[in-house]
Amino acid sequence: MKLASRHLLQLEGMSKEELTLILDTARSFREVLERPIKKVPPLQGKTIANMFFESSTRTRLSFELAERRLSADVVSFTTAGSSVSKGETLKDTARNIEAMKIDMVVIRHASAGAPHFLSRVVEANIINAGDGQHEHPTQGLLDMHTLREKHGTLEGLRVCIVGDILHSRVARSNIHGLKTMGAEVSVCGPRPLMPREIERWGVKVYYRLEEVIPQVDALNVLRIQLERQKSGLFPSLREYHRYFGVTRDKTEKAERSLTIMHPGPINRDVELSADLADSEHSVILEQVTNGVAVRMAILYLLGTTGSAATSPEKGA
Amino acid sequence: MSANRLIDAAGMRRTVTRLAHEVIESNRGAEQLAVIGIRTRGEFLARRVAKLVEEIEGQPIPVGILDITLYRDDLRGRLDQPLLQSTDIIFDVTGKTLILVDDVLYTGRTIRSALNAIMDLGRPRSIQLLVLVDRGHRELPIKADYVGKSIPTSLAQEVQVRMVELDGEDAVYLSDAAGKEARS
Repeated sequence: MKLASRHLLQLEGMSKEELTLILDTARSFREVLERPIKKVPPLQGKTIANMFFESSTRTRLSFELAERRLSADVVSFTTAGSSVSKGETLKDTARNIEAMKIDMVVIRHASAGAPHFLSRVVEANIINAGDGQHEHPTQGLLDMHTLREKHGTLEGLRVCIVGDILHSRVARSNIHGLKTMGAEVSVCGPRPLMPREIERWGVKVYYRLEEVIPQVDALNVLRIQLERQKSGLFPSLREYHRYFGVTRDKTEKAERSLTIMHPGPINRDVELSADLADSEHSVILEQVTNGVAVRMAILYLLGTTGSAATSPEKGA
Repeated sequence: MSANRLIDAAGMRRTVTRLAHEVIESNRGAEQLAVIGIRTRGEFLARRVAKLVEEIEGQPIPVGILDITLYRDDLRGRLDQPLLQSTDIIFDVTGKTLILVDDVLYTGRTIRSALNAIMDLGRPRSIQLLVLVDRGHRELPIKADYVGKSIPTSLAQEVQVRMVELDGEDAVYLSDAAGKEARS
């Protein structure tokens, strides 16, 4: 069993077997992270470039840590959005990757489809670390992994994604991945921040948090991007918090104990109240640890897949 | 494919019992002893050896399971990707006398991988190797301390260890499977 593609570009279209393989492999890497020496050798001699065309702290750190723990050589660069036309920059980037003999590329880009473009023009394995408003597959996988470890299975699990669904690549990856794994996915947020075609994704849509809370096992609370406030789609922070902020008095109406997730960084007391973020319901720090394990799994699965060259096989 | 049974259930029981006694004799007891089995069949063999040592010496013996996938020297270039399973060693290996257990000793590459994997977990006082079958054809300077049965084989032959826990019977077969992979 191995992944069908040499790249991780999106969770949409991946099979249940592939997602299960990634999540099972991530579980094995969790054990590696508990060891006194947290380094294992499978990517020795591989060079990985982390290209972050959009700012990110935790995703980049998480990837770098995962890469180093698999013994890869790592180069990273971050650029703030430049005025250079994106297509031109990427083409140059691709040439440089080829010239530097880089084996794998982790890319975050403000333009949806940038990783797909790269995957067509270079030999390296491409891993999407977030492309525009399209997908953030490793975040989706780490959310799925966290839910699976907490609840045992994703089959039939009821998960609601709360917040700015329209602009969220985290929401897209979660919806595709969770639905493939058999979870029941719903979304909840202000009407202007809901994509128009949302019903076609096969999710239930709620506009009131109080309505959805009694019906789900887990809430994945999205980060409110403060810079989007000026877009006009957005209510004031106070109004947002009042209607869509996840707080204890709202979650107390849940029949059972709710699992609360957040991709971070949290705007405390905006989308999620501080006491809930630190409560026993929260698995937010668990998500961070799982992020490293899931990224190790992806890098391992893509980085060690055999090429066309066959090797004589002997065991024992 | 013709398969020749070299060891049956009673034979395996006697062999494993002898191996357990040899371990105790050579270490003068079971002080600081721990047993580590290499997935998959090494795990079951390790549990049996540890249980026998426990019964004879009257003290508990820690058992660990080692997955060597991440340490294989043929990880890249393989068309089929081995499934990564977890290593399950909850005790501290530092200072212990480890009995490393596998079903078949062949090229020695699995054992090399296992030694590297163990060294990343700590610093054992010593590591001894126990195998049910030594079939020869070493490619690395590795030798077992405890051998159930040495079986001269040709490269074209296949040694298959079957264990109740996984295969429904205890037996060792030698078959002529020309060109077929020995194990994966």
